[in-house]
Amino acid sequence: MSTSSDTRASTGPATAATAATAATGNEPVPVRGTRLTLRSATLGRPDSTALTDVDLDVAPGEILTVVGSSGCGKSTLLRTLAGLLPALAGAVEQDGQRIEGPAATRALVFQEDALLPWRTLRANVELPLAIQGLARAERRRQAESWLERVGLADRSGQLPHRVSGGQRQRAQLARALAPRPRAVLMDEPFGALDAQTRAGMQDLLVEVLHGTGATVVFVTHDVDEALFLGDRVALLGSGRLTAVREVPRPRDRTAHDDPAWVALRREVLTSLST
Amino acid sequence: MSGRTGAARYALRAASLTTALVAWQLLTSLDVDLWLRFSQFPTVADVARAFGERLGGDDYWTDLTDSLTRILTGFLLAAVMGIATGVAVARSRLAEDLLGPLLEVVRPIPAIALVPVAILLFPSNEQGIVFITCAAAFFPVMVSTRHAVRALTPVWEEAVRTMGGGRGRILATVVLPGALPGIFGGLSVGIGVSWICVISAEMISGQYGVGYRTWQDYTVVDYPGVFVGMVTIGILGWLTSTAVELLGRRLTRWLPRTSYVPGTRARPRTPGRAAPAGPAPTAVRPEEARDEHLV
Repeated sequence: MSTSSDTRASTGPATAATAATAATGNEPVPVRGTRLTLRSATLGRPDSTALTDVDLDVAPGEILTVVGSSGCGKSTLLRTLAGLLPALAGAVEQDGQRIEGPAATRALVFQEDALLPWRTLRANVELPLAIQGLARAERRRQAESWLERVGLADRSGQLPHRVSGGQRQRAQLARALAPRPRAVLMDEPFGALDAQTRAGMQDLLVEVLHGTGATVVFVTHDVDEALFLGDRVALLGSGRLTAVREVPRPRDRTAHDDPAWVALRREVLTSLST
Repeated sequence: MSGRTGAARYALRAASLTTALVAWQLLTSLDVDLWLRFSQFPTVADVARAFGERLGGDDYWTDLTDSLTRILTGFLLAAVMGIATGVAVARSRLAEDLLGPLLEVVRPIPAIALVPVAILLFPSNEQGIVFITCAAAFFPVMVSTRHAVRALTPVWEEAVRTMGGGRGRILATVVLPGALPGIFGGLSVGIGVSWICVISAEMISGQYGVGYRTWQDYTVVDYPGVFVGMVTIGILGWLTSTAVELLGRRLTRWLPRTSYVPGTRARPRTPGRAAPAGPAPTAVRPEEARDEHLV
């Protein structure tokens, strides 16, 4: 299927389909990403502030990774961007519009099992499409196609607890991307997976994100994951956003011998240990 | 696997019932009088004969359908109201404040103690009995629904909210299916209490019905008849709770079942396998490794 269309699914499946073919035919890849902005924002729950004075601008189509030790407010930042948690102070905006609550344009991928256990993998992927009002046949087709892209075509009829943890996270990825969000917020999505599986998932993520143009905010506590995936990496520590750094040669596994990359890795590690 | 097969398990269940019947027959036919007195007690044969006679008559079937109609009406009403109230109280602070205290005050009152209320409130006995049956099943359903809804994993709801789903969508796709295992726990308890209350209410104020007939038989000293009533109640109760149980299992088929655990756990206990306890963990490895490749 084409993922390069800028058409919102709410315009109806038929128009979406035709627009998608038109888009792939004429334009180059249209930018579908969205700009996420935090200005002097204080985040957290009313009784416990997690982050203060956060200024962050995530450019459309950018992959921003966020690292920090556990409990430093990474998830809070993500939930605020998702609209699940209102900011305590300051501004949180999407393309200049204040974020008032959750919206389908900002998909959230959770660390733990957020798949509905009573729905098959396919039914889970169909759910956001159903919420967008797609007809049954169309959402089935799209769900199958997304499951195929994440390598779960033969597992689509399985219940989540019948497949491995890595497969569940792949299904979650498909569920997040199927409704074509303009931003994907990922909360340590590979945190519970073993190292080997994790590397495979990172490659898969890069592969499926390619061409969607979606803005990605990816939270992790794994420095190497952050430096592999991110165009930029944001460092959180002691309740503040301490630094945002450009990553040299993002999504390049051979960047390890680049002195600039090694230096950045050292800096990030130092900031985590303090 | 050394586990019993399905047929063997049914045989065992039948043997359990048969043994109880044989013991009953022996104790009563031999007129055993050892502190417990079985001499006045009808024998299994007496009860079976009375049962046969009743089955031939119209009254038995009228009683049966009357009781079933009452319990099904009361129970279904209770199920709908119990689930709705349980969800409302668990999800809305307003509903909790408005209904919570009232429900907690009414809950400890045994449903059968509501007979005077039923007589005052309802124009006919029939509606009164249904009311009592409904009141009896309502509380277990409401309480277990409330707990089940509160125990839902928050991530499920957050996931649907970030997909743009509203209240109705969350209710239909997360709250109700997720709470279903707990709700069925309440329904199972509820159908049991419903039977107790429908029979008691019929004994007090019924016109026809298994409870009414059983009480009538007692007042005219027809003991085999009393036992026919009891057996009927037992069978009906068993059938209805099995129906609830089966429906529940069907609707919650997605739950991870642990039915295979006894089989795997039995293995290390077999004496012959005791020796290679050391390499056992490595034997599991290939399975795990294969899973990783699938990932």
